Amino acid sequence: MSEQSRSDRATSAVLWLLAASFALFFLLPLAGLVQRGLSDSGTWDSITSGTARDALWLSLWTSTLTTALAVIFGTPAAYLLSRAHFPGQSLVEALIDLPIVLPPTVAGVALLAAFGRRGVLGEPLDELTGITFGFTTMAVVMAQFIVAAPFFVRAARAGFDSVDPQFEQVAHTLGASPRRAVLRVVVPLAWPSLAAGLVLCWARAMGELGATLIFAGNFQGRTQTMPLAIIEAFESSAGLAGAVALSLLLLAVALLALVAFRVAQRGGAYR
Amino acid sequence: MRRLAALAILASLLPLTAGCGSGDASITVFAASSLTDAFREAGAAYEAAHPGTKVAFSFASSQALATQVDEGAPADVFASASEEPMDALAKAGKAAAPTVFATNALAVAVAKGVNIDSLDDLARPGLRLVIAAEDVPAGRYTRDMLTKATAVYGPGFATRVLANVRSEEPNVRAVLTKVQLGEADAGIVYESDLSGGPADVARVSVPAAVNVVARYPVAVVSASKHREAARCFIDFLLGDEGQAILRRHGFGGPG
Repeated sequence: MSEQSRSDRATSAVLWLLAASFALFFLLPLAGLVQRGLSDSGTWDSITSGTARDALWLSLWTSTLTTALAVIFGTPAAYLLSRAHFPGQSLVEALIDLPIVLPPTVAGVALLAAFGRRGVLGEPLDELTGITFGFTTMAVVMAQFIVAAPFFVRAARAGFDSVDPQFEQVAHTLGASPRRAVLRVVVPLAWPSLAAGLVLCWARAMGELGATLIFAGNFQGRTQTMPLAIIEAFESSAGLAGAVALSLLLLAVALLALVAFRVAQRGGAYR
Repeated sequence: MRRLAALAILASLLPLTAGCGSGDASITVFAASSLTDAFREAGAAYEAAHPGTKVAFSFASSQALATQVDEGAPADVFASASEEPMDALAKAGKAAAPTVFATNALAVAVAKGVNIDSLDDLARPGLRLVIAAEDVPAGRYTRDMLTKATAVYGPGFATRVLANVRSEEPNVRAVLTKVQLGEADAGIVYESDLSGGPADVARVSVPAAVNVVARYPVAVVSASKHREAARCFIDFLLGDEGQAILRRHGFGGPG
């Protein structure tokens, strides 16, 4: 009996110890960032600089546009993957999941190979219309979309899977059109997953670096998002100080977004 | 007595010769991206000449590497594409006294099928130009060169060229790649980047009168645990074989 409780206590201690180390590993870098930022006199100037403002604004609106596009094109894809059954379905699923497991640099190189000026689609497009993607904000959104949208589709699909198709059938028998059944029954029931997918997608887009740098380049106000600005600051003579300042700014925005998400979710749950 | 003195002299010589002979030392060299090809070859040649020695490289922009060394990255040798990041490290006591081991100059990389014959053409409206970011050495040299060129090509030259810039790449190798891919029509890179005749680009030289001299310093990192092996690698770079490799890759001598 006492033997049993002693072993329970030991297990519990190990559990807490491992969990605490886990938490500490996330806390320490953040603490270091804040400590560095606060101890450097140039932090405020870096945060309020034109470079930081342009980069933050670009990151915010491109990530939001990317998420909106993911919802518009990704929701039908997720719904069909959940409800329809068609040949080659698992292949399509794997294809959509691929960017999640691939490094974004691969996505950047692949985008160049397809949409670059010498790309499969990019070359004829350039010759016929003169439209090119490289070094444009459009390229930033394309890079973000390819790495971030799969996170939304994945979550949305899981959400639709969790809704019993019988609910839709009941809605149909009650006279609801298929569209109405999806919008009024399926989407609200799948909402927690959809919302989580939205946040994941937006956050992933905010953090996109590799594909953007390779496919879109780096130009203030046009393609220089926050992660790229941090890289550039890191390479500057200001060294770590500038990078720390911009990282703190991005950290603050991320925290704000998380809190807003939590508040919105709680509101949704009480409704 | 004399025998003892001779022995003492021999003994004092031993560590010197042992240091640069064969051994199982392994060193990490932090080097500017523009040195990528030359140093890979130099590293292989050094390893061949010193069996058992391993040379590992980390290539990035000089400034990023200097920041990493400053933050305590485990480098033994630091080779920079400009003197500022190196001098800052040396002043802070993080690197030993640097030695210039190579020089470089700027050149224009032109994409296949693009009609550019001289530096002057870079001011042509609508040209897609890519350069290195202002804070990396190649980017700073580029802006210095454009300022100098303004005196030759007329007022507003630098402004008109910079208006064509579509991207400021974080290192000079990325500039070359963007031109090779045809994403950019032209890019300003180092002479050495074009020495091997890279695919899909043509080279247009920058006139000596407006060009810059990029001086490459190298030093042993103070925190290195293999200072002797690091010193040997630097001696190799400064020696005939190292210099011949650098020359083959388009670098000028340190003089």
